[in-house]
Amino acid sequence: MAYSFPEEVLEYVLSFIKTDKDRNAVSLVCKSWYEIERWCRRRVFIGNCYAVNPRIMIRRFPEIRSVEIKGKPHFADFNLVPEGWGGYFHPWVVAMARAYPMLEEIRLKRMVVSDDCLEMIAKSFKNFRVLVMSSCEGFSTDGLACIAANCRNLRELDLRESEVEDLSGHWLSHFPDTCTSLESLNIACLGSEVCFSALERLVSRCPNLRKLQLNRTVPLEKLPNLLIRAPELVEFGTGAYSAELRPELLSNLVNAFAGCKKLKALSGFWDVVPAYIPAIYPVCCGLTSLNLSYANIQSPDIIKLVSQCQNLQRLWVLDYIEDSGLDVLATCCKKLEELRVFPSDPYDVEPNVSLTEQGLVSVSEGCPKLQSVLYFCRRMSNAALFTIAKNSPNLIRFRLCIIEARAPDYLTYEPLDAGFGAIVENCRELRRLSLSGFLTDRVFEYIGKHAKKLEMLSIAFAGQGDLGLHHVLSGCDSLRKLEIRDCPFGDKALLANAAKLETMRSLWMSSCPVSYGACKLLGQKLRRVNVEVIDERGTPESRPDSCHIEKLYIYRTLSGPRVDTPDFIWTMDEEGNTPQ
Amino acid sequence: MGTPGLGLEITELRLGLPCMGGKSKAAEKKRAFWEIDGEEDGSSSTTTEEKTQKVESGGKGSGNQVVVGWPPVCSYRRKNSFNGREKGSKTYVKVSMDGAPILRKIDLGPFGEYSELTRALQKLFHSFDHSEKLKDAENNEYVTIYEDKDGDWMLVGDVPWEMFTESCKRLRIMKNADAKGIGLHV
Repeated sequence: MAYSFPEEVLEYVLSFIKTDKDRNAVSLVCKSWYEIERWCRRRVFIGNCYAVNPRIMIRRFPEIRSVEIKGKPHFADFNLVPEGWGGYFHPWVVAMARAYPMLEEIRLKRMVVSDDCLEMIAKSFKNFRVLVMSSCEGFSTDGLACIAANCRNLRELDLRESEVEDLSGHWLSHFPDTCTSLESLNIACLGSEVCFSALERLVSRCPNLRKLQLNRTVPLEKLPNLLIRAPELVEFGTGAYSAELRPELLSNLVNAFAGCKKLKALSGFWDVVPAYIPAIYPVCCGLTSLNLSYANIQSPDIIKLVSQCQNLQRLWVLDYIEDSGLDVLATCCKKLEELRVFPSDPYDVEPNVSLTEQGLVSVSEGCPKLQSVLYFCRRMSNAALFTIAKNSPNLIRFRLCIIEARAPDYLTYEPLDAGFGAIVENCRELRRLSLSGFLTDRVFEYIGKHAKKLEMLSIAFAGQGDLGLHHVLSGCDSLRKLEIRDCPFGDKALLANAAKLETMRSLWMSSCPVSYGACKLLGQKLRRVNVEVIDERGTPESRPDSCHIEKLYIYRTLSGPRVDTPDFIWTMDEEGNTPQ
Repeated sequence: MGTPGLGLEITELRLGLPCMGGKSKAAEKKRAFWEIDGEEDGSSSTTTEEKTQKVESGGKGSGNQVVVGWPPVCSYRRKNSFNGREKGSKTYVKVSMDGAPILRKIDLGPFGEYSELTRALQKLFHSFDHSEKLKDAENNEYVTIYEDKDGDWMLVGDVPWEMFTESCKRLRIMKNADAKGIGLHV
């Protein structure tokens, strides 16, 4: 091409192209576009930290400003991934400290982050602005103190559900008086008391503070003083929502909440004293998101609250809401897009609340925009699932958890195959599905046939044999993440669909009859895929090849076998050699 | 708590190498040398270490055993929901291990179940050099006991987790040999 237009023009055009998908497409046009694009890419998303390594990332994209990395497999949330598995942020931060001095944003999920890492962030990136750590662990409040003290332009510090070694609340006082840049602070996961006056001063001097999520130790009495200092708040998470009944506290709270004219999202609400719930009534009509999933309030109080939130788009709540509360939700909240109902007492076989499949059916009937569902309940029927599928054809995420494993249709005692089949057949845009209840291979036949846009599938205690897994692997064209536990899926389906695994981000299987021999075969067959056997009983070489392994994690990678595996993980080698 | 024979067996301490009925005698277990573990539930899956939690239904249970990670409530939520546990109040107890000269302290608050306690105890005493003693596995296993509110020494793992944290005053990791001597069947 003798007459290509100047690089600067192309760069300018590319600055409007934001999504990874589009950027990747641009880079495939020709070599010069690939070059230009890679120099001006500013954000990178790494869905599996072992799919690539820092060196590769830096070599291709030298000018990154924002990095997002995910570590452990999703089932780590349920204690299925052994301690010490991996997902260490350390090698990344070391490499980026050298290569990306202008780095501004780090977002991590399920990674192990040490205080050293936090110190490195604080000292290496002078323009550092955003740190989000979702479900991470390995660091303490000392690391946070370092961030607070050194990141001059910090805008976001979000510790979302991380496990932090809480040495003291004193770290918050390390924000210097000159720090006025904070826009978002989420410390809800911290256990110990932060110095309240330091918090108050911090809030006062940050005029752009839009999001603030407190931890449980901040008492209700302190809220009014805090809220009047943060009138720009869009999202707010309370601490413990309880205090002795005092009328002046209630009226102070009412005024304080009323003063936050931009408030759209509320959360927190631990240990609720119902008499104080009316304090938030003034802001209800503006709320688009309400997280009551830690609130121990009963259905009548929830109903009074929810019925005032006509603009609600997202509700997270405990099953205390009951079917009656969900009926009210269906009547009052016509803009609802996302519903999550969590179990208040998941380990009791007997229901402690009157929440059944009917609640979800009502919501599907009343809320035409429903897209995303996470629902824990104790019984389900095919009939209910048919109705839900019919009412909500626009579902994108459907995660149903019937608490008793392998529970059949409670009316007919049949498997729930047909019900879930209706969901995948009617909900053409479905991207994420979690199954539960009694299911045969038939449900997988439906899924393989209809769920063409499905990207993530979670299966537990389901199916009859390899055929089930085969349907999924051969039929689901868009499948990226598959996680399976306690299902009778074994070698045959995996070996027959080995090539599929090269097109997916990852496959997790635990407590399934997959033999060690099959894992070795997969390791040989698959190129640029790590086949990792996780077994805490010691090397699988000491048992026959036909012996079933405990857990299996298979993922595509450019990085070769991991170099940081713990002693209970064996990577199957491409030559079929005995892993050491 | 549960009716015997319905699978609600008391979670019991399992010592020695976790063999699956003799199959993996050769298996070298480098990790835990003591466990708080439940009965294998004999399900069709062939895994080991299907750790079970006691169903806290006070006798109403239908015999369902609860397995690790089910129902799928994420660990953050499990630790932070209010289920009768006082959050914010630290529940530190002393832990002594036979042969280790220095006692430790551990906070029971953050844990939701026995397996988490086990892991934490392992970490706590990791530096204690027991490596040679492990060779003779039979004689050097340990059992974990606790002193309850009444001053009695009890076997860890018998009661539901919540009940345990409320009544546990201190922990002791005792040598198996001593345990046998006082009639503890492990």
